[in-house]
Amino acid sequence: MNIHQFDVVVVGAGGAGLMAGLYASRGAKTAVISKLYPTRSHTGAAQGGVAAALGNLEGDNPDWHTYDTVKGSDYLGDQDAIEFMCHEAPQAVIELENYGLPFDRTPDGRISQRPFGGHTNNETGKPVRRACHAADRTGHMILQTLYQQCLKNKVNFFDEYQVLDFIIVNGKAAGVVAVELATGELHTFHAKAIIFATGGHGRIFEVTSNAYAYTGDGAAILLRHGLPLQDMEFFQFHPTGIYKLGILITEGVRGEGGILINGKGERFMPKYAPTIKDLASRDVVSRAIYTEIREGRGVNGQNYVYLDVRPESVIKYAALDGRTNPDGTPYIVTGEQILKKLPDIIDFCRVYLGVDPLTQMMPIQPTAHYTMGGIPTNKYGEVVIDDKNTVLPGLYAAGECACVSVHGGNRLGCNSLLDIIVFGKHAGLKAAEYAKTADFEKLPDDAEAGSRSAFEALRNGSGKENAFDIGTEMKKVMFDDVGIYRNEKGMAEALEKVRALKERFKGVRVTDTGKIFNTELLNAWELGNMLEVAEVITVSALNRKESRGGHSREDCPNRDDKNWLKHTLVRKQNGEIKIDYKPVTITKYQPKERVY
Amino acid sequence: MQVTLKIFRYNPEVDKTFRYETYTLEAVETDRILDLLEKVKGYNDGTLSFRRSCAHGVCGSDAMRVNGRNYLACKVLVRDVGDKITVEPLLGLKVVKDLIVDMEPFFDNYKKVLPYFINDSPLPADGKERLQSPEQRARFDETTKCILCAACTTSCPSFWSSDDYLGPAALVTAHRFIFDSRDEAAAERMHIVSETSGVARCHTVFNCTMACPREIQITKAIGELKMAMITGKIE
Repeated sequence: MNIHQFDVVVVGAGGAGLMAGLYASRGAKTAVISKLYPTRSHTGAAQGGVAAALGNLEGDNPDWHTYDTVKGSDYLGDQDAIEFMCHEAPQAVIELENYGLPFDRTPDGRISQRPFGGHTNNETGKPVRRACHAADRTGHMILQTLYQQCLKNKVNFFDEYQVLDFIIVNGKAAGVVAVELATGELHTFHAKAIIFATGGHGRIFEVTSNAYAYTGDGAAILLRHGLPLQDMEFFQFHPTGIYKLGILITEGVRGEGGILINGKGERFMPKYAPTIKDLASRDVVSRAIYTEIREGRGVNGQNYVYLDVRPESVIKYAALDGRTNPDGTPYIVTGEQILKKLPDIIDFCRVYLGVDPLTQMMPIQPTAHYTMGGIPTNKYGEVVIDDKNTVLPGLYAAGECACVSVHGGNRLGCNSLLDIIVFGKHAGLKAAEYAKTADFEKLPDDAEAGSRSAFEALRNGSGKENAFDIGTEMKKVMFDDVGIYRNEKGMAEALEKVRALKERFKGVRVTDTGKIFNTELLNAWELGNMLEVAEVITVSALNRKESRGGHSREDCPNRDDKNWLKHTLVRKQNGEIKIDYKPVTITKYQPKERVY
Repeated sequence: MQVTLKIFRYNPEVDKTFRYETYTLEAVETDRILDLLEKVKGYNDGTLSFRRSCAHGVCGSDAMRVNGRNYLACKVLVRDVGDKITVEPLLGLKVVKDLIVDMEPFFDNYKKVLPYFINDSPLPADGKERLQSPEQRARFDETTKCILCAACTTSCPSFWSSDDYLGPAALVTAHRFIFDSRDEAAAERMHIVSETSGVARCHTVFNCTMACPREIQITKAIGELKMAMITGKIE
C-alpha cells in the first residue's frame, strides 16, 4: 500500500482548491491532489470577470452587491453567507492583484471593471461596472496566478491522481483514496482534514460549456457515504453557448454592449427585462431565449438566436439605452476595441463557427453551465450534514462542488470566481486551524477496499452494454427533460430512464486491462458518478413543486415562498433516496417579486 | 462524409514498439479531431488513450500532432485538415501510452524560470491594488495567454536536439514576468534565460509561433528577451 500522510489534503486544483492549498499550506502540511495537471482545471475556462464592488469606475458598494446576489438567487441564497462573500470581495480581488494577476487597467492604473448580468446600481436599477476582468480570460489568469503562487510557496502537488473514495472514521474525516493515473496504483492519503474542491457536473447534460472533467466526482463520493447534497435541482443554463457545441460566450459580450436578436431580427430582451434588458440574470435570459424559440422566433426555425456585438449594433443600442462612458460621453466602440476586450470569444467563433463576430452575428443557444447545488457547507467551508448545520469534523468543501449557499436558485455571473477565492481561502484557513489541534484518526485495515471493488465491478461486467451509449442517452434525457423548462411528466420519465441507465451501467465492461493511463476505466467510473448525480438532481427537481431561479416548472410556474422557501437536502440511505429540508437564512432582505 | 483516421498506438504493457491503427468513420466538416478520437474510444477501441478536458482550446490538455503539425485536438476541425487524418503524440517528450506523453520534463523547465510574481516591496498603504497603466499592462499581454499545452516546445528543433533547452513555453513565461512593470525579479530571470540553456538556443525557426494554438507571437517574445539580454534594458 502507498500511504501518504498530510495534515490537510485538498482534492481538486482549480481556483478553489489552489486557494485552499495556498492558505492551508501556510499553517499545515498540505497536499493538493488533482485528476488533471492544475493548469488544466475548469476555472481556466471562466471568461468575463470576478465580481467585487471596488467602485473603480463608478459608485458601488458591497451592500448593493449583496442585494443583487440575494435577488439573483431568487431568495434561496443564505443572506449571511452572501453578505460575507460580497464584503470580502474587494479585499479578495486586491489580493489576487497583489499576487500578480494581470487585470486590465483603467486609465488611472486601477483594476478595470465592466457591467455584468444582474449586477446593478441599487439606486437607479441600471447595470453597474462590477466585474473585474483580464480580457475575456479572467479565469485563466486566476488559475495561472494561484498555481504560480502555490509553486512559489512549495505546496505539494500530486498531479493526475484521481480521487476515488473518502475515508470516514468515528464520524470524522480520515483521508481519501486516489489512483495514480500514470501507474494505476492506488494511494491512500491519510489526513486530519480533507477539502473537496472537485468542481461541478455539467457533463451530465448534452449541451454544456463544461469540461470533460466535470463529472461530479466529489458529490457522488459523499453521496455513497450517506452524506447529503443540497439544492441539487438548481442548475444554471447560461444563455449564450455556441449553437450545438455549448462553448461559452461570456456575458461580458453583453457587458460590452452586445444584444440578443431573434429570427425576425428583433431585439427581444426588453420584453422580458425592461430595465436591464440583455443584462438580466442568466435564468431570466435563458428562459427568454427558449420562449422566443418555442414561439417560432428562433433563427430559420432552428433552436438558436443571435448574439450581436458588431460595433454598429453596439453603438446603435447603446444610444437607444442611454448608455454612456463613465465621463458621460456617448458609448462608442470600434471593432479593434471589441477584439481587444473579447479576443478569445472572437477566436472561438472564427474557429468553431467560421463566423467573425465583428461583422456577423453569433448563433447561440443556452448551455448547461453551473452547478448551484452541491455539498452543503457553512461560510467557513465546513461541511454540514443536516438541517441543524451539524459539522462533520475534518471535512471541508469549496467552489462549485460546494453549496454554501451563496448562489441559491441562480448564480450571478462573476460570482463563481468570487466564490472560489473567498471560500477556497476560508476552507484552507479553517482546515489548517482544525489540523493544529486534531489528531489523525486510525485508518481502517483496508481503506482501499471500496475503490478496488468499484474498479473490479467495471472490469467484470457482462460487456453487454456500451458506456458511451449510456452516457449519450443520459445527457440527452437530462438536457431535454431536466433542463431549462421542466414538468412533472417529463421529469418522471427522465427519472425512469436514468434508473434504467443505472441498471444498464452494470453491464458495462472495461476492455482495457492495463494499469498505465487506463482512461477507459476512469471514464467509466466517472460515468457512474454522473448517473448518481443525475438521479438525485431529477428526484430533487421532481420534488420541488414551484419555479425558482434556474428551476422552472411549466406545471408550477410561480415561486411559492410559503411552501418552498427552503433548501433541499437529498441523501441516499440503503439505496433509497431521502429528502429533508433546511431553512433559508434571511437577514436584511425579505423576499419580493423579482423583476429586472 | 467519411474520414480515415490513422492513429499512433503504443501500449507499454503489451507492445514492444509503436504501430498505427486506421479507423474509418462518419464525420462532419465541423467535427473536432477530439470528437473523432472520442468516437473511436467509445465504439472502436476503448483502450485508446489521450488527455482532454475543456474541449475548446483553453485547458491545454490535448496537444498532439495532426497530419504532422502540432494542434490542440479540440481546436482543429475536420475541415482544417481534410478527410485523411493522421494523429500522433507530440515529439520530443517520451510517449507513455498512445497519444499521452510524459509532461514532467516540460513542467520542470517551466519551474526553472521562477514562474511566479515576485515583488517584496511593501504593498500600497491604502490597501488597494498596485497601479499599472494600460500601456504597461499591454506590454506583456501577449505572453499571459499561454496555457502550457507544450505545442510550441515540442515543435522546436532545438528542444528535440537537446534535453536542457528551456524551450519556448518556459521562455514565454519568463517574458510574461520580466516585462510586467510590477515584478521585481527581472534581473534574476534574465540571468536564467541568458544561460546556455536559454534564449541562445532559439534559432528563430518560427515553428513555435506556427504551432501556438493561442496565437502568441512566441519567436517575437523570445527576440525581445534576446534584445534585453544584449542591451541590458527591459523596454
